[in-house]
Amino acid sequence: MIDFRLDPEQEELRATVRRFAEEQVAPVIGELYERKEFPYDLVRRMGEMGLFGLPIPEEHGGMGGDYFALCLALEELGRVDSSVAITLEAGVALGAMPIYRHGDDAQRARWLPGLCSGEILGAFGLTEPGGGSDVPGGMRTTAKLDGDTWVINGTKTFITNSGTDITGLITVTAITGERPDGRPEISTIIVPAGTPGLTVGEPMSKVGWNCSDTHELALDDCRVPAENLLGERGRGYAQFLRALDEGRIAIAAVSVGLAQGCVDECLRYVKERQAFGRAIGEFQALQFKIADMEVRAHTARLAYYHAAAKMLAGEPMKREASIAKLVASDAAMDNARDATQVFGGYGFMNEFPVGRFYRDAKILEIGEGTSEVQRMLIARELGLPA
Amino acid sequence: MNIVVCVKQVPDTASERNLKTDDKTLDREAADGLMNELDEYAVEEALQIKEAQGGEVTVLTMGPDKAAETIRKALSMGADKAVHLVDDALHGSDALQTSAALAQALRKIGFDLVILGSESTDARTGVLAAMLAERLGVPQLSLAGKVEIDGGNVRVERQTDYGHDKVEGSLPAVVSVVEKINEPRYPSFKGIMAAKKKPVEKLAVGDIELDAAAVGLGNAPTQVVEFAAAPPRAAGTIVTDEGEGGAQAADFLASKKFV
Repeated sequence: MIDFRLDPEQEELRATVRRFAEEQVAPVIGELYERKEFPYDLVRRMGEMGLFGLPIPEEHGGMGGDYFALCLALEELGRVDSSVAITLEAGVALGAMPIYRHGDDAQRARWLPGLCSGEILGAFGLTEPGGGSDVPGGMRTTAKLDGDTWVINGTKTFITNSGTDITGLITVTAITGERPDGRPEISTIIVPAGTPGLTVGEPMSKVGWNCSDTHELALDDCRVPAENLLGERGRGYAQFLRALDEGRIAIAAVSVGLAQGCVDECLRYVKERQAFGRAIGEFQALQFKIADMEVRAHTARLAYYHAAAKMLAGEPMKREASIAKLVASDAAMDNARDATQVFGGYGFMNEFPVGRFYRDAKILEIGEGTSEVQRMLIARELGLPA
Repeated sequence: MNIVVCVKQVPDTASERNLKTDDKTLDREAADGLMNELDEYAVEEALQIKEAQGGEVTVLTMGPDKAAETIRKALSMGADKAVHLVDDALHGSDALQTSAALAQALRKIGFDLVILGSESTDARTGVLAAMLAERLGVPQLSLAGKVEIDGGNVRVERQTDYGHDKVEGSLPAVVSVVEKINEPRYPSFKGIMAAKKKPVEKLAVGDIELDAAAVGLGNAPTQVVEFAAAPPRAAGTIVTDEGEGGAQAADFLASKKFV
């Protein structure tokens, strides 16, 4: 069983999203990016196409596809723009999936139809100003049960999709007590947008991902009903570990898209641009550079396909997901740097997509676990000491 | 409302398109096939009419096995079923023969309304709607920018150089559409998966009571005698502005009837 070919339906999904990205995203994204605007119109159209419900069963308003279908869509969107891709990634992998996976019937019925149609967006509040991948140790946010109400206090940061006009809920992790072994008990709680005590900060000014919505959140005696607990009390850590493993595959897909988008742009440019009396694509120095870019995109794609295949087969895939994320984000950063070089001075101009790719690539080596964290996880999987 | 949409697979306009030297027909193997763009608008209009009024949308295409990709696209968008007219005998048929074959297929399927794009991006004859209407003996409403169904009648806004005409006809009828009419939807993944299970009926020339000797390249009333590659684009006219550049540019545009 070695086969990385897509079946006809996956191929058609990929082609459809590719066409959407070229026809609808590419013409408008440059201006939106300059103005740092959230792409509401694109999100609405993506919702109509069912992209936000791709891996969710039809009975909950989804498309009945799987996580790999989502990854294919992310790659094709990422090939044209990362902000749009990451809005979808966070909306599905961090917004809808935890509700689908861990929610009870009432929570699913309340939130999933809107999340799947893209009418509302979900966010996941894990990272805090003083703690990222060092959870649970670094986590400070607390939730205390007061009768039948959770009272949440703390700060979350870098939270994608948390402050749009259509944000419906933010799922936050919080310390809800102490376990018998003395370690903190972590749980996950749904905080509907607009809940008193939840303050969404100003949009954060970022180096890239300009059209993606990112905020710091303050939770100040924020009260939500006890039934907003998502899944079992004390299972929050296990829940988000799984969400992170899967999220790494999704980020790898976005990264492969960016890496491939760099190849696309270079191929177009080197045929048109003349230097020393010929098209610059005739120079071996640039041919080799572009060949290397294609190699990186291709090998990274195989890595995320493999991780996704293991995930869908229900097999352990921590190692594969980390490898895919590491290889793909490196491919994105390396290709963005090379593509910018191929474009010369125009690569430094915002009117060409490669400049946007360059700015967007860096975060891929940071979000969902830095490259260093991926290496650490891979080393652990190899049995090296923690 | 029983709507049949005629769609055609054409070579991707972005890929290199060539005629074959041996029989002077399009080399369909060499280029990626796509649904003719205007036919996407036809499918969308059919789906919108169905969604508003109920009924069924059948896709009809004539073409080689590869054209099944275009059927799948229409079914993914939401059409209910498809008929694929596929027969080696049809290869190289011209517009007259194609309209004869499609008309026979349409008689067999039955229809209240036939919708198609006003022309294809490959042959661009633009005559198929008229030929179909004539052969079927039903009204033709062409170049529609808007379609309204009202009981047994169909009203369209027919796009013209000066605006539009309002044209009305009785059903059954043939309507050809232009791209102004709507915005074709992108297939959803659910639609793509559902398309797998939708019925596609394959018909050969013998199934539609058509004589194989009446169709195909060898019997075509019109023949491609010769063809030549399009000449490379000539160098443009450069206007150097010495105070009268604006006027010269305007004169140029006027000479080409752009203004």
